[in-house]
Amino acid sequence: MLKLSRYILYDILRNKIIIAYTLFLLVISVSMFRMEENSAKAILSLLNIVLIVLPLISLVFTTIHYYNSYEFIELMLSQPMSRTRIILSEYSGVCISLLTSFFIGIGIPVLLYSPDAVGISLLFAGTALTLVFTSLAFLASVIARDKAKGIGITLLLWFYFTLIYDGLVMLVLFAFSDYPMEKFTLVLSALNPVDLGRIFIMLKMDISALMGYTGALYKDFFGGVWGLLFTTGIMFLWVVIPLWLSVKYFKKKDL
Amino acid sequence: MIWIENISKRFKRLQALDRINVEFQKGQVVSLIGPNGSGKTTLIKCILGLVKADSGKIAVNNEYINNDPRYKNDIGYMPQIGRYPDNMKVGQLFEMLQNIRNHSADHLDKELIHQFDLQAIFEKPMRTLSGGTRQKVSAAVAFLFNPGILILDEPTAGLDPLSSEILKEKILQEKKKGKLILITSHIMSDLEELTTHIMYMQDGKMEFIKDLQTLREETSELRLSKAIAKIMRGERTDNAWIEKILNPHK
Repeated sequence: MLKLSRYILYDILRNKIIIAYTLFLLVISVSMFRMEENSAKAILSLLNIVLIVLPLISLVFTTIHYYNSYEFIELMLSQPMSRTRIILSEYSGVCISLLTSFFIGIGIPVLLYSPDAVGISLLFAGTALTLVFTSLAFLASVIARDKAKGIGITLLLWFYFTLIYDGLVMLVLFAFSDYPMEKFTLVLSALNPVDLGRIFIMLKMDISALMGYTGALYKDFFGGVWGLLFTTGIMFLWVVIPLWLSVKYFKKKDL
Repeated sequence: MIWIENISKRFKRLQALDRINVEFQKGQVVSLIGPNGSGKTTLIKCILGLVKADSGKIAVNNEYINNDPRYKNDIGYMPQIGRYPDNMKVGQLFEMLQNIRNHSADHLDKELIHQFDLQAIFEKPMRTLSGGTRQKVSAAVAFLFNPGILILDEPTAGLDPLSSEILKEKILQEKKKGKLILITSHIMSDLEELTTHIMYMQDGKMEFIKDLQTLREETSELRLSKAIAKIMRGERTDNAWIEKILNPHK
């Protein structure tokens, strides 16, 4: 499998977008740390980059890469190569390149300027979100035959997870504000990897003290080992389920 | 070597393949003939596993094909339109294919690479190649691993006369080695020199498969194109396409 990924990685590096992306992240994170006196403030700004820009780039990059490698996939399929192996090599190729960018662009500055629990959890959330949204993008592009449709679906997914979902949660919370909703909001957070990542990082910061009773409950839950296990487990499911579905769909697909 | 049992495939509204039963043996050069959209390429893609048939079974070298892709080790495929990764260089393509096939270097058949003089463009990226040069690369890839079965989808379309002649020589040479070769083409004169059997398809159905001798005897025509035209005329009326091939200037 790695044999194939090597060629996919080479192809990705050749088109320089990934290098531009790395530089973009690097410039942003270094300038954040340089401008803010307090590194916690810089982390807070980076948090927004990780939660909003990272998913968007992962989705769009993966989708475009998939449609551009259609020829490559076709060529590989006429060789003695199983479909599962082809699609997983594509997935690992994209993941490796996106994660490398993330580690160079955000990982190294964070480890240099703010190597504490908050910094580490930011890197953890970033890694998880990259993997999750690459999986989701693969699922969308395997299902949609048409390029425009594929990119449309991934953009909708991004809007949904970063904007629409929060609105819906607010609506539910307002409608049922007379009932105890703390446990329920925990479940809601698991249904959106972006929210899960946000809560996971926020609770490592001091600002969680401002979040009242729910914040205390969250702190209690996410602060301990169980919180880490819960977050890791849910993120893992968010990676594996879309990936599994896309492998399953790809095996039946006509090319 | 290839055994096709009741294969059907439907693309939304189009019945691309309709209960096809056929067997291809070693040493045969089978020409798949039929109008555009008659299901030739779909049949080939079913054999290669690129298209999954709705029903029916295909066996290659006495084994039903399923999810195990190893049977493709014995197949060389030249697609109708060779599409390759844009950024990959020609040399890299060959290197990569050797690498993933795990084929020992001394059993490679590099004759076509030499005859088409492809080493000269090893450093060029695939996207800069013309259609004909791509065809040459596709042909060289198909023959590279010395497979027992060759599937060539319109091999000579787009090649210049010299290259086309080189490719035909190569096909004849492989035929002598007792390989099974499947060709689709609309150029009857090309097929005539190569083929041993003719398989005719229309609207996803197989109309007949006959060896060249029988076809000639039944129609008392020596030339393949005329023989086929005669059969078509006798059996059906909508065969204007073959008329066109025969008399392009009429």
